[in-house]
Amino acid sequence: MYTPDFDYYAPQTVQEVCSLLTQFGSKAKILSGGTDLMVKLKHGTIDYEVLISLKELNELKGITYQEGKGVVVGARTTHNDLVNSDILNEKYLSISEAAHHMAGNQIRNIGTIGGNIVNAVPSADLPPIFIALGAIVTILGPEGERTVPLEDFFTGPGKTVLAQNEIVTYITIPDQPTTGSNYIKFGLRRSGALAVVGVASSVTMEGNIIKDARIALGAVAPVPMRAKNAEAALIGKEYTDELLEQAGVAASQECSPISDIRGSAEYRRDMVRVFTKRSLKASITKGHSGEHLETEHGK
Amino acid sequence: MQAIVDKEGIKRYLISLTVNGDTYTVVVKANTMLVNVLREELNLTGTKKGCETGDCGSCTVIMDGKPVNSCIILALEADGKEITTIEGVAQNGVLDKLQESFLNQTAVQCGYCTPGMILSAKALLTRNPNPTEHEIREAIAGNLCRCTGYVNIVKAIKEAAGQPVDEH
Ligand SMILES: Cc1cc2nc3c(=O)[nH]c(=O)nc-3n(C[C@H](O)[C@H](O)[C@H](O)COP(=O)(O)OP(=O)(O)OC[C@H]3O[C@@H](n4cnc5c(N)ncnc54)[C@H](O)[C@@H]3O)c2cc1C
Ligand code: FES
Ligand code: FES
Repeated sequence: MYTPDFDYYAPQTVQEVCSLLTQFGSKAKILSGGTDLMVKLKHGTIDYEVLISLKELNELKGITYQEGKGVVVGARTTHNDLVNSDILNEKYLSISEAAHHMAGNQIRNIGTIGGNIVNAVPSADLPPIFIALGAIVTILGPEGERTVPLEDFFTGPGKTVLAQNEIVTYITIPDQPTTGSNYIKFGLRRSGALAVVGVASSVTMEGNIIKDARIALGAVAPVPMRAKNAEAALIGKEYTDELLEQAGVAASQECSPISDIRGSAEYRRDMVRVFTKRSLKASITKGHSGEHLETEHGK
Repeated sequence: MQAIVDKEGIKRYLISLTVNGDTYTVVVKANTMLVNVLREELNLTGTKKGCETGDCGSCTVIMDGKPVNSCIILALEADGKEITTIEGVAQNGVLDKLQESFLNQTAVQCGYCTPGMILSAKALLTRNPNPTEHEIREAIAGNLCRCTGYVNIVKAIKEAAGQPVDEH
């Protein structure tokens, strides 16, 4: 299987990436890990004359903690870098776990967070947990830098607010020392399967009262979405199992899943109810955690 | 990176790869995949091509210590990297423990998945010499086998790690 011919650049600076994107316009595309781009080029669903590789840009790789800013994750950081990060394992195990349950080891070694986000696939595994944790995307363009909350980054399946000549440089997770978070991936198989439903949540408690809650759903709407009605049902209330059930019902009502080969819309909706409840409970009781569950026939 | 443009205007690039300890300089096109350099330029046909889209793991090689799918990595992206293929696993004509245990446990049927399986297992045991069964299964989750049902493959990896293996 071959891809069409293209020209290849591996610039030394992020600014150069933007100027090449500006120079070549819509004929050019950024190449990060290539786990998505190469497959699509081989299938002929896309075609570009120029690929601009990020491989020389080591400043876009890695996870750091910056006092007052939070945890900063470079766009070229691979899924296995997320899995193995001491910082994430200590602060946001939910993110390492979400990354751990993606694809197989070979893909996790080359696929990057930048690619996972910019792809804007509704079932992608990283957006929900990053949205639940209030992550901010930093974007560089020819005119300079701008930031966008990840929840506002997606505009449709495969579509984002990114201009053709912009690059995602890093993602920041603001400090939230008293918050717990969780991501549940529900797939058809234990490994290498896309999410049928993905539910992420973060909850900040004050005693027994839910002070703040964020719920983000994957694979049940054209974009990874926040379940704001469900959140509203929780905030300011005392934590009880019935309350979490109400939030689950609200989330299942506000999502808009489709029926496809992986599950019917009705099934997905009900699974949103179940996993929203479970994810919230984990965020309240377990600190930061992640789970991967499969349907009965996947066992 | 040095590029050569021929009279038809096709650009070729000079890259350098260290494969199984030997450094090679090869000329590739921008869209040449790493698997094709290994198989067609270096004649290392132990690396197999199955799906060619990153799903099956039969093209697995170890790049800078990590198993990757060579069918979706551009040769240009592997420039300067260190690569181990199945041909580099045996040392001085002596099979690796994993190769011995795959034979011993009948973990090979048609053999198509075997090079990739062994490289994934090799990378695992290098990083984690005493893995749990769960860790073994996770490490080979990106390698599909259509023949064995995986049971004997898991046993073989346990045996290579020096762990007791149930007979039969
Ligand atoms: C077998 C297999 C299994 C998979 N399993 C999963 C899974 O379980 N869960 C999941 O979520 N995904 C999965 N994926 C999809 C894919 O691997 C991931 O989405 C991955 O994170 C993509 O990252 P990449 O670096 O390889 O992206 P690339 O293919 O390099 O790029 C993808 C897109 O993003 C753009 N891009 C990349 N980086 C940037 C940047 N910094 N700025 C601007 N644009 C950028 C590229 O131009 C391209 O359009 C799987 C893929 C395969 C082949
Ligand atoms: S041939 Fe590369 S993963 Fe299948
Ligand atoms: S032995 Fe035939 S595919 Fe594994």
